[in-house]
Amino acid sequence: MGRMQDDSPPPSLEKLDERLRAAEAKRRSAEATSTERGKGLAFAMRIGVEIVAALIVGVAVGYFLDRWLGTKPWFLLLFFVLGAAAGFMNVFRVVGGLGGQVGYRGTSGTAGSEDGRDPAEGQEKDG
Amino acid sequence: MAEGGGAHSPLEQFEIKSLLTTLDPGETMGLVTFTNSSLMMVATLILITAFLVLGMRRGALVPGRMQSLAELSYEFIAGLISDTVGPEGRRYFPIVFTLFMFILFGNLLGMIPYSFTFTSHIIVTFALALIVFIGVTILGFVKHGMHFFSFFVPPGAPIAMWPLLIPIEVISYLSRPISLSVRLFANMLAGHTLLKVIAGFIGLLGVFGVLPFALVVALTGLEILIAFLQAYVFAILTCLYINDALHLH
Repeated sequence: MGRMQDDSPPPSLEKLDERLRAAEAKRRSAEATSTERGKGLAFAMRIGVEIVAALIVGVAVGYFLDRWLGTKPWFLLLFFVLGAAAGFMNVFRVVGGLGGQVGYRGTSGTAGSEDGRDPAEGQEKDG
Repeated sequence: MAEGGGAHSPLEQFEIKSLLTTLDPGETMGLVTFTNSSLMMVATLILITAFLVLGMRRGALVPGRMQSLAELSYEFIAGLISDTVGPEGRRYFPIVFTLFMFILFGNLLGMIPYSFTFTSHIIVTFALALIVFIGVTILGFVKHGMHFFSFFVPPGAPIAMWPLLIPIEVISYLSRPISLSVRLFANMLAGHTLLKVIAGFIGLLGVFGVLPFALVVALTGLEILIAFLQAYVFAILTCLYINDALHLH
């Protein structure tokens, strides 16, 4: 036993340190990609429903305005178009990293960090 | 149970069954029914409470398994809030955490065979989304008063464009509870229906039933991922809406 240990001297501390650091970095990058993928999926799931939801609201508003005022197709047509526009606006905001809020500008940093964008980019737009 | 011969409808799993019906004491609402949906919600609440209370019972400096999980879920939502809302969002931690845990545990409990997924019912998810929507709107009015309406006017747009832009912005705002609820509901409904439809092929195909069986195993994994993802999406959108109400533009 004793002789075998003598045959293979323990690796130096520096070498051990280096290997530890390499393993750590490998693990961290793997973790980052998996969380990134999860966030990307969550992000993609938000988009599809946005157009449909805005269209539903637009059509509902138009339909009930028509029923209330007796102007059969006109408000429905108008609000269908407005709903579609709102839907596209929603998607545009989600994709543009503006956090899906009503209004054009992202609050500096907050919307950017959520989508993994550089917060400075949002601030630039604000200025 | 459908036509006796073991052919079950894939939609049967969503059926609401009444377990207990009593007349409510005030007789204002008529009959009060305790359904399988209510049972699963109660089970979810008990499970969350047990998970957090038992997990944190010892409160050790070096956490054990359960305590790690409880702390992980706490820190996940705390991090989410500080990322999206900032330090002043910490006050709204309880509601975001409650919504996240309720949806997450509801989704995951629904993954157990023969149980019931209450998040696959639009009325449940719409009620949750409406809580967020009304709460955030009240928050906006409390913080900004009538100035809250400037939210619907895109900054920098010429006044001539306002009659067109304001309705669009209002529709966009009103679509929030719908997109929030439909997203969760549709994902759970579609996923669970797909699982049952494909599982139905296993018996029909005989030996070749191995193929749909493998697919069902894979889809079950995907469904568990979606259970987490949808709870996360609901939580992050709640945070974003709170952020909007606090900071307007």
